[in-house]
Amino acid sequence: MSEASIKVGHQPAVQYLLRIGDSCLILGQRLGEWCGHAPVLEEDLALSNMALDLIGQARALLTHAGELDGQGHDEDQLAFLRDERQYLNPVLMELPNGFEASHDFAFTQWRNFAVSTWLLLLYRRLQHSSDAGLAAIAAKAVKEAAYQQQHAADWVVRLGDGTPESAARMQTALQQLWPYFNELFDADAVDAAAVAQGLGPAWSELLPEWQAHLAEVLSDAGLTLPKASAFMSSGKRGIHSEHMGHLLAELQYLQRAFPGGRW
Amino acid sequence: MTAPTLQNTCGRLDAAWEVLRQIPDPEVPAISLCELGIVRDLRETAGGLEVVLTPTYSGCPATELIQDDVRAALSAFGEVSIIMQRAPAWTSDWISAEGRDKLRAYGIVPPGPAAGSAGQPIRLVHRAAMTQLACPRCGSLQTEKLAAFGSTPCKALYRCLACAEPFEYFKPI
Repeated sequence: MSEASIKVGHQPAVQYLLRIGDSCLILGQRLGEWCGHAPVLEEDLALSNMALDLIGQARALLTHAGELDGQGHDEDQLAFLRDERQYLNPVLMELPNGFEASHDFAFTQWRNFAVSTWLLLLYRRLQHSSDAGLAAIAAKAVKEAAYQQQHAADWVVRLGDGTPESAARMQTALQQLWPYFNELFDADAVDAAAVAQGLGPAWSELLPEWQAHLAEVLSDAGLTLPKASAFMSSGKRGIHSEHMGHLLAELQYLQRAFPGGRW
Repeated sequence: MTAPTLQNTCGRLDAAWEVLRQIPDPEVPAISLCELGIVRDLRETAGGLEVVLTPTYSGCPATELIQDDVRAALSAFGEVSIIMQRAPAWTSDWISAEGRDKLRAYGIVPPGPAAGSAGQPIRLVHRAAMTQLACPRCGSLQTEKLAAFGSTPCKALYRCLACAEPFEYFKPI
C-alpha cells in the first residue's frame, strides 16, 4: 500500500455505492467509540456488535465500489487512504456521539434508530439490484439492519416513555439530529443514474416508509416530531462537517503513520 | 490423522469432505463448519481444491480465521482456493440437526426458524411475548433475555430463572 492519498472515480455507480459504504464505515467508527463507555456492559457489547456489523457491510460495499471503479483499490485503501472530500457519507454519520456530552446515549440510540431504519429500507430495495454483487451484499445486510432497528427502537421507547429526565434527553436528541436527516432523502443525479441502471432506488423514494416507522415508534415513546427543517448537509458530495477531519485522523492514523502496515 | 489417499477422483473428494467435516467453528467449537452450514461446495481443480464458503454475518471477525483453518486442514490436497459466496445469504436454518443437538449440549440454545426478516413487516412496538426458550441446562421455560447481543455477533444472552444459570441463544437470522 502506498502512503499517497487516493481519489475515486466520478462514475455514478461508484459514488452511489460509496455513499452507502462510507455511511456504514463512518457510523461503525462512531459506534466503536462507545466501547467501554456504555451505561451497562450489555449495551457496551451491543454497540460494539453493531459497529462490527456496519464495518462488515462497509468492507463488502467498499470492495465492490473499488471493483467498479477499476483503479485497483481494495477495501483498505478506500477506507484509509482517501482525503476528507473523497468520503461520500451523509454528515449525520460523522456527527459525534453527542453534542452536549462526548457520549450521549439518547443521541446515539436515536441516530441508530433513524439510520438502521433507513438502511433496512435501502437494503430491502437493493436486494433486487441489477448488480448481482450488490444484491448479495444487501440480502445479507438486511437481516442485520432489521435486528439493529429492533434494538434501537426498544431503547427509544424505553427512554422516551421512561423518567422525565430520560424523556427530556430523548426529545433533545430528536431536535438536535432532525436537520441532518434531510440529506438521507435528497436525491440527485447520482440517484437518477442508479435508478436508470436498476442499481438501486433514489433515496428520496424511501422517505414515506421511513416516516411511517418513525411515527410508530415515536408515538409509543410519547415523543413529538420536531418541525421540518430547511437545513441541508452535503456529505454525499464530499463537503463534510468539522467533525469529519477529527474522525478520519483517528481512523487513518495507523495506515498514515506506517504505510502498508499489516497484522 | 492419517494422510488421505489422493488416488481416484471420487475418493479424493470424499477424503477432503471427511477432513472438512472435522474443522470446528473457531468461535463455537462445539460444532463443525459443515454443521454450521457455511460450507457450500467442494470442487476439484487442476492443482488442488476449491472450497466455497459463505459468511454468517457481514462483520463476523472469524471469517479470515475460518479461511486459514480450511486452507491448513486441506493442504495435503494441493493448492486450496477459497471462494466466499454471499448469495443466497446464509441463514441459521442451515444449521444441521446434528449441529443443533451439539449446540444444546454445549449450553447454547439453537436458533428457532428464521422469521424472514427481509420481507416481513417489522413489529417495532407492542410485540407479542418473545418465544420462551427452554434452559439448555435444566429445561425450565422460566427464562428471560438479558441482552440482545452476546459474546459473538451470532448470539444473544439469556438467563434461567429456575436454575439461575446464564446461557446463550443462537439468534435466528
